Amino acid sequence: MTTTAGPPAAPGAQPSAVPRGEPAGPRARRLLRAVPPIWLVLAAVILLIAWRNPTFVEPAPFLAFLRRCAPLAVLAAGQVFVIIAGEFDLSVGALVTAVVVVAARLSDGDAAHTWWLIPLLLAAGALVGLVNGLVTTRLRVPSFIATLGMLLVLSGAVFLWSGGAPRGSLADNFRQFGRFGVELPGLGQLPYAVLTLTAVGIGLWLLLSHSRFGHQVYAAGGNPQAAALSGVDVRRVRTAAFVISGLSAVVAGILLGGFTGVTAEAGAGYEFQAIAAVVLGGAVLGGGRGSVGASVAGALTLQSVFTLLNLLGLAKSLRDAVQGLIIIGAAAYAAHRLRRSG
Amino acid sequence: MRRPMRYRLAVLGAAVLVAAAGCTSTAPEEGDDGPAGSGTGQQSSFFVQADYDRQIAQRDTAPTGPADQPWMQAINPQLVDTAKHKKSGRHTICFSNAAVNNPWRVVGWTTMQAEAKLHPEIATLTAVDAEGKDDKQISDIDGLLASKKCSALIVSPNTTAALTPAVEKACQANLPVIVFDRGVNTTCPVTFIHPIGGYAFGATAAEFLTSKVKKDGKILALRILPGVDVLETRWSAAKVIFDKSDVDVVGVEFTDGDAAKVKTIVNDYLERYGSIDGVWMDAGATSVAAAEAFEDAGQQVPAITGEDQQDFLRLWQDKKLTAVAPTYPTYQWRTPIIAALDILAGKQVPKEWVLPQPTITQDNLSRYLLPQLPPLHYALCGCEQMPGFPQNWGGNQ
Repeated sequence: MTTTAGPPAAPGAQPSAVPRGEPAGPRARRLLRAVPPIWLVLAAVILLIAWRNPTFVEPAPFLAFLRRCAPLAVLAAGQVFVIIAGEFDLSVGALVTAVVVVAARLSDGDAAHTWWLIPLLLAAGALVGLVNGLVTTRLRVPSFIATLGMLLVLSGAVFLWSGGAPRGSLADNFRQFGRFGVELPGLGQLPYAVLTLTAVGIGLWLLLSHSRFGHQVYAAGGNPQAAALSGVDVRRVRTAAFVISGLSAVVAGILLGGFTGVTAEAGAGYEFQAIAAVVLGGAVLGGGRGSVGASVAGALTLQSVFTLLNLLGLAKSLRDAVQGLIIIGAAAYAAHRLRRSG
Repeated sequence: MRRPMRYRLAVLGAAVLVAAAGCTSTAPEEGDDGPAGSGTGQQSSFFVQADYDRQIAQRDTAPTGPADQPWMQAINPQLVDTAKHKKSGRHTICFSNAAVNNPWRVVGWTTMQAEAKLHPEIATLTAVDAEGKDDKQISDIDGLLASKKCSALIVSPNTTAALTPAVEKACQANLPVIVFDRGVNTTCPVTFIHPIGGYAFGATAAEFLTSKVKKDGKILALRILPGVDVLETRWSAAKVIFDKSDVDVVGVEFTDGDAAKVKTIVNDYLERYGSIDGVWMDAGATSVAAAEAFEDAGQQVPAITGEDQQDFLRLWQDKKLTAVAPTYPTYQWRTPIIAALDILAGKQVPKEWVLPQPTITQDNLSRYLLPQLPPLHYALCGCEQMPGFPQNWGGNQ
């Protein structure tokens, strides 16, 4: 392997061996092919947005765009572990809602509670992931059903506990993660959410692409029998993947709650958006394939498509249809590219 | 090179599709201060001029009944005789509820239960929740009728057309039927209880903006979703007002009631137009998110409309917003219980019981701020004097 192509934030790209001394044209094309296709789709959508609205690519608006992408991107970065391991996690949307509603009720707007609230929420998220994992691996309930059940349990419990209307409010120092940022001279505000996304993204990328555990995740999803025979504890690896997804849902919930404030349906629909983002990023449902970087790119693409269609001023019905077409087209393109390079 | 050609074509096709879709619907580009707005678009197919005119007039009509109990008041009541429904003894009141799936209905349902407890002549209040499904509500009503225990039946229909046959069937079962909130396409219920309505709501909000926003000021209208009658009436009334005024409606967007989408949309409009001078909302649940989007962009919150939820009222007070809050009062959930008992006592009730629909303005804002109540509580519950207040509504003592 002489070159590893693609930006560092694009792990999981199939590294291609490029022989030296090749003519420039085919070599550039081959380099380009090594970039996960979703980054090209994302770049195309961002270029279209910039064409309609040049201010979009200025630092401040672009950082604001990244801030509102952050919750979905974090969610996708966690979900991809579960997908690669060959399972689904449908409970993340309900977990996001639970985080927002529970945080509001427990803290009741008191800033002094934030320091213990966040570890508590993370622990709860890990517990939800652990239960998802154990039910899937030990009780052998298909994860589609296990996590769908968890979705219903969580949303039912939240409804019961809050009586349908969330109580309390989120303290400003809790909300700052999703709402505010560090002032940078000349650039405006660097949102905490973007910093969080960067940290979570790099951390999960290292874990997935540069650790023994990461290889085991791919192995557990790609070929569980072979993985088990070569000494991988498939059940434990899959359970750990659910825990990572649960933790990422809590982080996403903190960012989203910070961004929007208390709502009763904060995370509604996020489970499918997260899965869509992961698939857009080239992951294969059924396991064995995918990457953190491309999943984040998938999340950014979903959000930028929404922004683009908004900008074009399409009617709502047409907008939904075009959004669906773009998602299917991008996923087909990504799958096509993967077949070629794989 | 067969395959690369094919995917290049596919990408090209997608790009063309997006570009073409953009071209066919871009707004007329004119004017000097950036791109021109999309305007208010076509009038809604739900718009009925006579209903609009009536509701606009009803806003200024003094209701009959006790002024301190608006849930007992009625606007232009046409009383009907109910002697044939008179019944002695204690009653079982049955209630088919469309759903308890949002904070507005949670507050209302809590209030209705509290109202039922105030009346010793009610033995039980039997309620069935249709969970927002027409088919479930139809079978719920069938079940209540089959039980033959109901002295009176209260229905809060999930949708108008689908529930009409079920309500007609209940009328034929020879028990008094009371409909409230959304209506049905039949006059067979003894009474239909509702606040003035969506035209009044939307017009009040729009008139406030046209009075506060300067000439050619840019207005963004945020709607939850299209095609729902109660929301279409609000927007269609606002459209009438905006079209008559000199403000520029730069966008009408659907938000699905999602706070994150609201912030995203407002942010996009601020990038596109630099500033926005007024925000019209068809419901108040995401008004706070809209206001925060301006704060996050480092701008002053412009004139904005909301509803009577506490989070909005608090923000209004704290940040000294230029705001107005038309309401769709939750106290209407008290009235059906009162009406049922009046009917069972043989007292006259209004055929159409139109409740007043107050507006919260800067002058009466402090009256509706209830610091001990949760952020999504609706202030116009008429429940402050009821037993169990505020803890049953989620508040602190």
